Amino acid sequence: MSGVAVREGRGIALHRIGAMVLRYWYLLLSSWPRLLELIYWPILQIITWGFLQSYISQNDSFFARAGGTLIGAVILWDILFRGQLGFSISFLEEMWSRNLGNLMMSPLKPIEFLIALMTMSLIRLAIGVIPMTLLAWFFFGFTFYSIGLPLILFFCNLIFTSWSIGIFVSGLVLRNGLGAESIVWTLMFVMLPLACIYYPVSVLPHWLQYVAWALPPTYVFEGMRALLTDHTFRADLMLDSLAINAALFVASFLIFLALLRSAKRHGSLLGGGE
Amino acid sequence: MTLLADAPARPPAADPRSAAIDVEHLVKIYKTTHAVEDVTFRIARGSITGLLGGNGAGKTTTIAMIMGLVLPTSGRIQVLGHPIPEESDAVRGRMNFESPYVDMPMRLTVRQNLTIFGKLYAVPDVRGRIAQLADDLDLNDFLDRANGKLSAGQKTRVALAKALINEPKLLLLDEPTASLDPDTADWVRQHLQDYRKTHDATILLASHNMLEVERLCDRIIIMKRGRIEDDDTPEQIMARYGRDTLEEVFLDVARGRDREGAR
Repeated sequence: MSGVAVREGRGIALHRIGAMVLRYWYLLLSSWPRLLELIYWPILQIITWGFLQSYISQNDSFFARAGGTLIGAVILWDILFRGQLGFSISFLEEMWSRNLGNLMMSPLKPIEFLIALMTMSLIRLAIGVIPMTLLAWFFFGFTFYSIGLPLILFFCNLIFTSWSIGIFVSGLVLRNGLGAESIVWTLMFVMLPLACIYYPVSVLPHWLQYVAWALPPTYVFEGMRALLTDHTFRADLMLDSLAINAALFVASFLIFLALLRSAKRHGSLLGGGE
Repeated sequence: MTLLADAPARPPAADPRSAAIDVEHLVKIYKTTHAVEDVTFRIARGSITGLLGGNGAGKTTTIAMIMGLVLPTSGRIQVLGHPIPEESDAVRGRMNFESPYVDMPMRLTVRQNLTIFGKLYAVPDVRGRIAQLADDLDLNDFLDRANGKLSAGQKTRVALAKALINEPKLLLLDEPTASLDPDTADWVRQHLQDYRKTHDATILLASHNMLEVERLCDRIIIMKRGRIEDDDTPEQIMARYGRDTLEEVFLDVARGRDREGAR
């Protein structure tokens, strides 16, 4: 008889999620370049855009009135972008280290794996974005946290979108190997022009506005501008965003499961290369 | 701690007298490549079985399908009485594997890697189990060294430690002594034999090392081009081919000499 009493469960096991988070935590602590990379780009971003905002504010009455919209947009964009990267890079670590077979063979379930990746996305995001918000306050007097309760809704909507994209691209890499890795780094940039991060939706051609409104982050950035420019909180925008996000999240999870099944059919889990 | 329907979850009932592995008419086709064709075998609990064959014979694909990492095109697999992949969750905690096709995170130390897998497999006393494995497999000298800084032989021993972390009832090994010097390889083989005896475990191993297979296995399944070419005890197979060693049998099979025309 086996000396180890192994627990087998049909549900979600926190100890397995905890084990995976511990694995990524060990990795972060073992590599200072990984830690540095988390804060390097956000800091460069905020300094560059912060000075641009200061310059424009001195010369344009609209931006002087809507102080912080650029810096706010930069920080929210970083939450969206780095939320997805934090998710996807942790996933890629398994591909790079050829560890996926070990995990898929273990009692770890796909949903537990994804929850661990989401947790790591939050941890990595905190390491990168908190210093960024402190710099925005220190250099440019922009207190990101003064947005208050709407900030929580902005954050939740953006992080859900970032996880949905992260789950989707991870499924693509799972199915197609590291040859599909570039999608991880580039797919989110589709949002840059279409989600109207730095300008209102009304700037877009009429037909393109339909595409923009299909993307959950568009509602967040419109909501942020309404708050900072007109001092109006648009709850309707947040609810719309949440509804699209819910659909997007479920769809990406189902696509991930389908791609995982396809990877098992094609024998991709044992290789992991190109 | 577990959420949802996991209090304490009971896997679907399995017949304890069933075979450890029961494979029927297994087929795997990748596009136009027939990797495994109509393979059928049963492996008794507590036995050590060797899966032999040249490159591309279908050994790794067969093991991967038993593990649930590759879905069969058709056929039926039962592991410890549970159909795979439908009830994989019911058996994953009681099986484990080692394969040259997977690795463990390079930057993490041996201890960190084993801790994570111990937690994934819900081993109750992970520290104690790691200490025991470190003694058994002689890992103490490099337990706190990064996996990426180990020699090939050390990595193989660590991979074996990971495969034994949950004291599996079913152990699937792909080239378990590859990269080991003869002395360490012999020592690992002895360890596997002892493990089988003390844990009444079933071991299925794929190997190119004929001496290893001869020494370890109660039974051998020889595969060629995705099909089972022969299936019996090592002694019976050698007698059938009229050979004194399995290596000679392997060469006969690989070079297409049949049993009668072998000599």
